[in-house]
Amino acid sequence: MMTSFLFRALDKNAALFLGLLTAIIVAVPALNLLLPPDHPLHVPTYAVTLMGKYLTYALLALSVDLVWGYCGILSLGHAAFFALGGYAMGMYLMRQIGTRGVYGDPLLPDFMVFLNWDTLPWYWYGFDMFWFAALMVLLVPGLLAFIFGWFAFRSRVSGVYLSIITQALTYALLLAFFRNDMGFGGNNGLTDFKDILGFDVQADTTRAALFAASGIALGLCFIICRAITRSKLGKVLVAVRDAESRTRFLGYRVEHYKLFVWTISAMMAGIAGALYVPQVGIINPGEFAPANSIEAVIWVAVGGRGTLVGAVIGAVLVNFAKTWFTAAFPEFWLFALGGLFVFVTLFLPKGIVGTVTDNWAKVSRRKHAVDERPGDTPSTRPAPNPAE
Amino acid sequence: MPYLKSLLVVLCLLILPAGSAHAQEDTESLRPLINELAGGGFSETEQQLGVLAATGNPGVVPALEALADGDLYARKSDGVVFIGERDGRVYKLTDPLTLEPAGEERRRDMKKIKVNNGLRRVIRTALGTLTLMAPDPATRLAAADAMFKAQDPGSIEALDLALTQETEPRVRRKMEAARAAAVLKSDKPEAVKLGAIATLEALGNRDALSVLSGFLPEAQGAEVPATETAMARIDKTLAAWGAAENVWYGISLGSVLLLAAIGLAITFGVMGVINMAHGEMVMIGAYVTFVVQEIIRTSAPGLFNYSLFMALPLAFLTAGLVGIAIERGIIRFLYGRPLETLLATWGVSLILQQAVRSIFGPTNQEVGNPDWMSGAFELGQMTITYNRMWIVVFSLLVFAGLMLVLKKTPFGLYTRAVTQNRRMAASMGIRTPWIDALTFGLGSGIAGIAGVALSQIDNVSPNLGQGYIIDSFMVVVFGGVGNLWGTLVGAMTLGVVNKFLEPYAGAVLAKILVLIFIILFIQKRPRGLFALKGRAVDA
Repeated sequence: MMTSFLFRALDKNAALFLGLLTAIIVAVPALNLLLPPDHPLHVPTYAVTLMGKYLTYALLALSVDLVWGYCGILSLGHAAFFALGGYAMGMYLMRQIGTRGVYGDPLLPDFMVFLNWDTLPWYWYGFDMFWFAALMVLLVPGLLAFIFGWFAFRSRVSGVYLSIITQALTYALLLAFFRNDMGFGGNNGLTDFKDILGFDVQADTTRAALFAASGIALGLCFIICRAITRSKLGKVLVAVRDAESRTRFLGYRVEHYKLFVWTISAMMAGIAGALYVPQVGIINPGEFAPANSIEAVIWVAVGGRGTLVGAVIGAVLVNFAKTWFTAAFPEFWLFALGGLFVFVTLFLPKGIVGTVTDNWAKVSRRKHAVDERPGDTPSTRPAPNPAE
Repeated sequence: MPYLKSLLVVLCLLILPAGSAHAQEDTESLRPLINELAGGGFSETEQQLGVLAATGNPGVVPALEALADGDLYARKSDGVVFIGERDGRVYKLTDPLTLEPAGEERRRDMKKIKVNNGLRRVIRTALGTLTLMAPDPATRLAAADAMFKAQDPGSIEALDLALTQETEPRVRRKMEAARAAAVLKSDKPEAVKLGAIATLEALGNRDALSVLSGFLPEAQGAEVPATETAMARIDKTLAAWGAAENVWYGISLGSVLLLAAIGLAITFGVMGVINMAHGEMVMIGAYVTFVVQEIIRTSAPGLFNYSLFMALPLAFLTAGLVGIAIERGIIRFLYGRPLETLLATWGVSLILQQAVRSIFGPTNQEVGNPDWMSGAFELGQMTITYNRMWIVVFSLLVFAGLMLVLKKTPFGLYTRAVTQNRRMAASMGIRTPWIDALTFGLGSGIAGIAGVALSQIDNVSPNLGQGYIIDSFMVVVFGGVGNLWGTLVGAMTLGVVNKFLEPYAGAVLAKILVLIFIILFIQKRPRGLFALKGRAVDA
């Protein structure tokens, strides 16, 4: 059963993607660690961290694509799950600082000492253990998504309304995490991390390992998404996306399917956030900003919604462009990003991957037709698009 | 003793008929009287003070104030009196009547006019009396207020005298309160004090409460229960006013929400277009105000008070044209694909923000309040600022105007027709694409004039719109999409709920609670407070 599940998930394209990902996971840390710094092929550590960040963004994009591309739920609040995962990891990293903080308190993080708190809030218990933090990375976003989805999908809030309340959700969390009373470091968030699992977070080897971990997480989640979308469950999801009422009338419990995929997606976003935090070294309430969630959606739109590879490509491309633009022409980045939103929705509704595969299919069909019946005019009608 | 002195001063005042009216004519005639202050000991000074107070002339006030502060000096050579400020080895002199600089004098050539505590008290009473009779009501009010705070039994006579002449009701009330407060501190008989308690109870504000609670430990006999009931009543009045104040703040916040959301109620509510660039339309309106004010400042500063009236049509046109451009350029290709519209308009909002940032810079721009919008007035125990009040009025006017346009004009009729049944409207000869563009322009233009109003209470920066977009969506969704009345009720409800939560939960938590409330509310009523009914709902 499990093998067939996996087997279905791995067709040619997926195998190609995973192969490429594996090569990157092996090559980048190797080029960073094994080659001397003056070697032309040496990858500097900052680049490893940067690419590791891209990979976590790719994972976030994957989770958005799973709900938006395959189930039609446009979430404008996925950054909330990302940030919650990040905070869970950040809390672990804070507890690891121990007595090395500015105030040297063995139990309380610096900002609590600063606020004159004398005991650790109950929700910080357990975060000194990695396994507990890792569990929370999955459980906190998962539980929030489950509760939110339970109410929203059961009362059939869908489409734009759902988008707006997901935005309200992340906005409410943004405001909440800004409060010092919440006990998450308020405005400054959690930072000044020292160790992860006993390794120095600043060390090259740790950075390389985190990069590899991000790559592996991305690969695993890709396989899971692939398995879900290729299964019968995935077909029902697409049916929900394209004709929700009809699917319901056919006897499917639409809300259960939605809830399942929504919760899984939130957990993936949480993992992405958890891997993001040790690499960038800070988590603050800014990660909850509604703009971040919308940006994640545009990554998926650029790459191609409804294609898992597209989400990954979109995230990496857009973020690479962001890095380049903000360094070279800082004023124009928002123009470029805004233009990208407009351009993609108007002219590339299927995204890069979707458009390429469509054209590919068209060309090969034409070739096929030419081979079979020479002399016939090939049909120029576009392939029916299941997404509409 | 001080009692007697003040009595003396007041008596001197009484001798002079109708003290203050013709006082200012001849300040110069006061000069010899002021110069007389220099002569002799404390008792002579005191007598001379009585004479000065008896003039009833406010011109002597600076000299008396300086005297109380020990800043009044006499020149040894000719005995002329000046206000002096020590500056190294010299005194900088100021004329005590005209308040103009009068050169410098070496320190040893000047003699300080000495005062003691007894004299200071006499001066204070004299000053109080003079200011209580001042021609300017604001000065009289301030004097009465100071006496209310001081609660000096010695001021009772001065107040009684002033009350005989006072005609301004506001000042009168304050004087009565000051008198009552002073009576409570005095050794008057119980009946008089009971009257004072009643006066304070009628006043019913926080100050009266603090005076009464200060008096309670000293109260005797029948005064104790009277004070207690008065305090309880004042507490009750204050609670009622507090609630009224919360409602007012809520309405004020609601009117801001209404202004921000009402344009969205057109574009999102009526047309079904998710316009994430809506906040930027508000921002454009605010920047139009800024530009108009800049032009007025440089070319015609006299027109500044009318700047908002000029900004209104310009903001409407600018934001409306930008809106039409967005509709024609982008949104019309995306009808029927709401989620894509959402993303594209978000892109537009980023571009507009960055464009404004590139043109005007990322910092806050200064937009001034015209005179008629600054200041505040008192309504019972509440202070209402004029800018908040005008914004409430303005938001309701905009709402009414929009209702009129939609219900009473041909354009409104076409809009409603296209909204309800596009194909039918098209077959009746309505140019639906035009109506789409104009309706979108209307919604954007209204956001623009909202920007003019919001520029008066918010920072005008490129991020202005971002702060309102989520709130606006909340209001529209909460009120019910496609229903303007819903938007009105929704905005006011959210505003008032928010302000009532704030005292208990704090501003941020109140906002979070409201957001959670809306999220839960949408679960219960996915179509908002006033849902459209019928077949159109699922279309």
